Amino acid sequence: MAQMTMIQAITDALRTELKNDENVLVFGEDVGQNGGVFRATEGLQQEFGEDRVFDTPLAESGIAGIAVGLATQGFRPVPEIQFFGFIYEAMDAVNGQMARLRYRTGNTMNAPITIRSPFGGGVHTPELHADSLEGLIAQQPGMKVVIPSNPYDAKGLLISSIRDNDPVVYLEHMKLYRSFREEVPEEAYTIELGKANVKREGTDVTLVAYGAMVQASMKAAEELEKEGIQAEVIDLRTVMPLDIETIIKSVEKTNRVVVVQEAQRQAGMAAQIVTEIQERAILHLEAPVLRVAAPDTVYAFTQAEEVWLPNYNDIIEKVNKVINF
Amino acid sequence: MGKYNSIQCFCEFCKNNTQNKKDIRKEEVNLLKRTLENIESQFETFQVLNEEGEIVNEELMPELSDDELKELMTRMVYTRILDQRSIALNRQGRLGFYAPTAGQEASQLGTQFALEKEDFILPAYRDVPQLIWHGLPLYQAFLFSRGHYHGNQMPEGVNALSPQIIIGAQYTQAAGVAMGMKKRGKKSVAITYTGDGGTSQGDFYEGINFAGAYKAPAIFVVQNNRFAISVPVEKQTAAQTLAQKAVAAGIEGIQVDGMDVLAVYAATKDARERAVNGEGPTLIETLTYRYGPHTMAGDDPTRYRTEDLDSEWEKKDPIVRFRKFLENKGLWSEEQENEVIEKAKEEIKAAIKKADGQPKQKVSELIENMYEVLPAHLEEQLEEYKAKESK
Ligand SMILES: Cc1ncc(C[n+]2csc(CCOP(=O)(O)OP(=O)(O)O)c2C)c(N)n1
Ligand SMILES: [Mg+2]
Repeated sequence: MAQMTMIQAITDALRTELKNDENVLVFGEDVGQNGGVFRATEGLQQEFGEDRVFDTPLAESGIAGIAVGLATQGFRPVPEIQFFGFIYEAMDAVNGQMARLRYRTGNTMNAPITIRSPFGGGVHTPELHADSLEGLIAQQPGMKVVIPSNPYDAKGLLISSIRDNDPVVYLEHMKLYRSFREEVPEEAYTIELGKANVKREGTDVTLVAYGAMVQASMKAAEELEKEGIQAEVIDLRTVMPLDIETIIKSVEKTNRVVVVQEAQRQAGMAAQIVTEIQERAILHLEAPVLRVAAPDTVYAFTQAEEVWLPNYNDIIEKVNKVINF
Repeated sequence: MGKYNSIQCFCEFCKNNTQNKKDIRKEEVNLLKRTLENIESQFETFQVLNEEGEIVNEELMPELSDDELKELMTRMVYTRILDQRSIALNRQGRLGFYAPTAGQEASQLGTQFALEKEDFILPAYRDVPQLIWHGLPLYQAFLFSRGHYHGNQMPEGVNALSPQIIIGAQYTQAAGVAMGMKKRGKKSVAITYTGDGGTSQGDFYEGINFAGAYKAPAIFVVQNNRFAISVPVEKQTAAQTLAQKAVAAGIEGIQVDGMDVLAVYAATKDARERAVNGEGPTLIETLTYRYGPHTMAGDDPTRYRTEDLDSEWEKKDPIVRFRKFLENKGLWSEEQENEVIEKAKEEIKAAIKKADGQPKQKVSELIENMYEVLPAHLEEQLEEYKAKESK
């Protein structure tokens, strides 16, 4: 097995699926000769040709729109939106059109599209590069949203996303791209969409997280252990659809929950998760379910980014609150 | 129905008519091709100064005093130094986001020089020099780069928005600024900038079309530096020029040698005059080149550009060319240039110092900047962050 960073695992998944299915097309701004601004598509145009891996004109709504059109011709498009903040440019093409193709054609057509896109804070990008906008997509029925937290999951989840017959937005946290390596099998493997992963078992409190907040939660759990608190950490992996079953099972065991997201507090995934928990397991709860989230401002300017982003200390603080409730 | 389709009439009239139809269609194809060729051939590159610094278009030489000519040169030299220093500061970790400007001085400063103070600039991320020469203090430009909101607070009397990160967004906004000026009866213009890549965005077309529809006093500049990060302009569009995109919007369009500051100035001056006289917007494509990487965030131009292409464009350098012109007129010397360079270096140093002294921005301030009146949930968060910050 090879040691890979998350970005290498992503490239590997793309290569695997380009080989596996001739209908897979990879396209977007700078993904061809340049191999993507993060090198996620490095070498793929050389290997599979310009017919299958190609640069597009600079227009996100065009990119997402051609994906829908190509899907009707039997292709399996894997477009890249260079940074997820630019999804606003493509909002109609995605939430307005792609999400509805199956539905509005009475289940006679479908959009097996995987939009890949970097997002996430802590890497000092300019405006509209780092925003966590998964909630906007997750709110749209018809879409799926996948967010890996490590190299192994990144590969398996991307392959599953590409093979899925409905549209998936696959979000890659920039901070995780090269932050660590782990063993990633060379062969193709899939990780079922909509299935969470219990990363760490515990009995006192459940931490529900995804993306870069999984690492923060793991770190918080380690610190909490020193104080004798056993935290269970759930990595959602897919935020839409949600793996409610795994969350509820954990809640029934620990009776205390903190939901962690990097996105701002208002609306968003955490609110959805908290609602599901209280609807299904209120009698198992010993304390209110609390959230860790960024404050409700537009994404922070770089110089305030580190303070603005949720971190493991914020998680510990909230855990102490639910424990001492 | 099917079988009736094959019934044909062989009378003289019908026979001739089908024949006619065929010919017309053939004619149409030619016509279409000719239309495109006609349009494209009309977009010749407008030039005043050639690479040797010689005037090749006497009658279009703009009326500029000797002092104004020297001022233009001063600004270009100053901006080149600012670019070099910004790159160095970025490498030392003392600046943040930075998009290099060397090579594009004539396009950037030639357009800005044709403006009046009351004109409104809507720049993209690379267009910081235009803002500076429109009045944005240098230390604020550095704060913008560092990701401090004070960099985006235009001082009183500086008519501009801070640099746009989203490609194309400024184009529709510029149409709106220009419409507003027209409604207010102002004799000013809105000027906005994008790159060759930017002309692929829907917002680009919407912006020029709206401005055309309302005859709004706008100037749309496309700095065609041949690449959108790594993607060559040939992959953006089948159009031979970007200026010709004006045709479909029904507005004026012109392609200019973007390494020739006099041509850029003359074209912008003309566009401005027509705009304030109620004759509508203009699209100006400047042919230029960025010598450096796309931004300082890890772009490697050797992955997509050849050294040959780089040196081909470096030969067209806007500063070298203008220097030759001014030296021939006896208006410029090495000493003068060195004075500008020294002045630039000193002012940059002072501005960095001032930027360093700016209080660190707080999350509580970001919260306060969200609404005129903070809703209850934000009041709560404001208290929370203020308490944290005072610890
Ligand atoms: C809507 C949007 N899409 C993509 C980007 C990422 N991006 C930043 S600059 C750039 C290329 C722009 O090229 P061009 O318009 O030619 O301007 P240049 O940078 O060459 O001045 C891209 C793709 C962005 N900032 N905004
Ligand atoms: Mg360009």
